[in-house]
Amino acid sequence: MYEKNGERYFIVDSHMHFWDASPENWVKGQEQYAKGWIDCFHAYMGLGPPETHWPIEKFMTYSEDDFVKDVFEDGGVDVGVFQSTYLKEWYTTGFNTAEENAKMAAKHPGRLITNGRWDPREGKAGLKQLEEDAKRYNLQGVKLYTAEWYQGSRGWRLDDEQSKPFLEKCQELGIRNIHVHKGPTIWPLDKDAFDPRDIDIAATSNPELNFIIEHVGLPRIEDFCFMATQEPNVYAGLSVVVGGLMFARPRFFAKVMGELLFWVGEDKMLFGSDYGIWEPKWQIDGFIDWDYPDPDHDEFSDYPRLNSDGKRKILGLNAAKLYGIDVPKEFQLANGAGAPAAQDDAQLVESAAG
Amino acid sequence: MTSSVSAASTRVRVLAALDRVIDPELDEPITSLRFVRSVEVDPDGDVRIALRLPTPQCAPNFAFLMAADARNVVRPLPGVRQVSVLLEDHYTGDEINGALGRGEGFTGAFPGETEDDELEALRELFQRKALIARQSTICEALLREGATPEQVLAMRVRDLPDRPEARRGLELRAALGLDTGSDAPAFVLATGEPVVVDQLQRWLRMARLVRTSLEANGGICRSLLQARHNLADDPEEVLR
Repeated sequence: MYEKNGERYFIVDSHMHFWDASPENWVKGQEQYAKGWIDCFHAYMGLGPPETHWPIEKFMTYSEDDFVKDVFEDGGVDVGVFQSTYLKEWYTTGFNTAEENAKMAAKHPGRLITNGRWDPREGKAGLKQLEEDAKRYNLQGVKLYTAEWYQGSRGWRLDDEQSKPFLEKCQELGIRNIHVHKGPTIWPLDKDAFDPRDIDIAATSNPELNFIIEHVGLPRIEDFCFMATQEPNVYAGLSVVVGGLMFARPRFFAKVMGELLFWVGEDKMLFGSDYGIWEPKWQIDGFIDWDYPDPDHDEFSDYPRLNSDGKRKILGLNAAKLYGIDVPKEFQLANGAGAPAAQDDAQLVESAAG
Repeated sequence: MTSSVSAASTRVRVLAALDRVIDPELDEPITSLRFVRSVEVDPDGDVRIALRLPTPQCAPNFAFLMAADARNVVRPLPGVRQVSVLLEDHYTGDEINGALGRGEGFTGAFPGETEDDELEALRELFQRKALIARQSTICEALLREGATPEQVLAMRVRDLPDRPEARRGLELRAALGLDTGSDAPAFVLATGEPVVVDQLQRWLRMARLVRTSLEANGGICRSLLQARHNLADDPEEVLR
C-alpha cells in the first residue's frame, strides 16, 4: 500500500527483477557482454532522479535488504511480479532466474509472484521443462524474449507453428499471463525485433490468455498501439515508460501516456517499475501526482484525462485482476472495473486498415 | 595554401557532410544527436571520425548504417584521401569497425548472421514512418493557421512552405522513390497515393502517434547519451 496526501493505493508492480550481475558471476570469455549488459542497464538508471542513482557496484548486486526496503517499505508495493531473465551464456548462474526469484518469493509469502519462461525452439524438452517449472513455481505467467538468438536461429515469433504447442500448454497449465519483451533489445542484428505484429495473431487465436507487451514496443509504440487497440486481451506494460521518460522527458512521457490512454485505455495498462533499474518509490509517487504538463495546450488537449481511479487501476487493480490477487475492500473501486477501453477507436483503426 | 589551412577547410566540409547522415530510427542527423565525438583531418587529407552512441549495446544494425553512411558521404569530398570511421565503446565495435575498414557491408561485420538486403529494408521501413511524421507536422501547422482540409490536400509540392520538415519530407520521398515533382501532391501516404479529405483526421491521428514514438525514442537516446558522457543539458525535446 502506498499512501500519499491521505489517499491509499494498492500497488502491484508487474515487472521487477532481483539479479546477480557481479563480476564473480560473469562467464569466462564472455566478460565483455556480461559487463556491457549491466552497464547498459545502469545507464538507464541515469534517466531517473539523481538522488535515486546507485553506484555501479551496488547496481551489479543489490542485497535482499535493499530489495525489501526499496520495494516493500519505501515503494509500498503490495505484490511484485518477478520477470525471470536467464542470460546464462553471459552469467554463470543466470542473471535473474526463476529459481533465484522463487527463493526470494518464498521468504515473503503472498508478496511476490515468480514468472517463468519458454522458448519454442527448445521443442519437446522445452515443453517438459515448462511443465516442471509450472509445478515447481506455481506459474501464472511467463516472460518471453522473441528476439533471443538460439543455436543459429535469429529470433522467433509468437505466431510461428512451433509456438502453438507452448501457448496451448500455457492454457492447460493455467499460465494465463504472457509477458512479451517488445522493447529495447540487442539481438538480432538486422531484423526488426520490436515488431509486435506476431502478438496480433497469437492474441486472436488464444483469447483465454493475456498478452502483456512490456515496454509497449518501445521504440515502436505506434505498431503496438495499432495492434493493441484491436485485441481485447493485449495489455500495455509500462515498465521503462514511466522509469525512462516520466522524470527525464516529461513532455514526451505525457504524449506517450496520452497516446496509450487513447489507443489502449486505462483498463489495459499495467505499472511496472523494472526494479532494480529504477526504484519503485519515485515512479509511484510521481505517477500519483501526474497530469499533462500543460493540459490545454494543443499538444495535449484532446488526449483522454487520467483521474485518480484510472491511476489506481494502472498502479495495481488491473494487474491484480490478471493475477487473481485479492484486493482488500478499501482499495476496490466503487463502480467495479470499468468498461473495456477504446472500442470506438478500435473500429477507427480497423476501418483504416480495411 | 598550406596543408594545415586545407586540412581545416576539409574538416569544415566533413562536418557539413556529416549533417546529412541520419539516424535511421530517429530521423535526425548524427551531428545534432551528438553522436559525432570527434573529426580529425591530417595534412595529407586523411580523415578520422569517432562516433559514440547512447549505450554500448545500441542496435548494431542502426549503428552500422550510421557508420557506413558517414564513411560514404565523406569519402568523395575534395581534399579527402583516406576515411576511417571508428565506432567507440560499442559491444560490436570491433566487428563493425573491421568491416568498415575493409570496405565491406553489414554481412562483412557479421558473416552468416545477417543479410545486407534486410538492413536496407529496415532503413526503408523507418523512412516511411519518418515521412508520415514530417508531413503531418506541416499539415497540422497549416490547419492551425486556418487552412481548410480541402485547401491543404489540394496543395502540390511547389506549394509546401520552406520549412525543415518539408525539406526533409521531400528528401524522404526521393529516397523512397516517390514522386517529388513540383506538381506532385504535397501530402501522400507511404504508398505515394495522395491523402484524401475523408482520411485526413484518421491519418493525422495515426501520424501523431508515429511522431510521438519517434520523439520519445529520440528523447531516451539523448538522455542516455547525456548521462553516459556527462554532457551539458540538451533542451531540444521536440523533433524539428
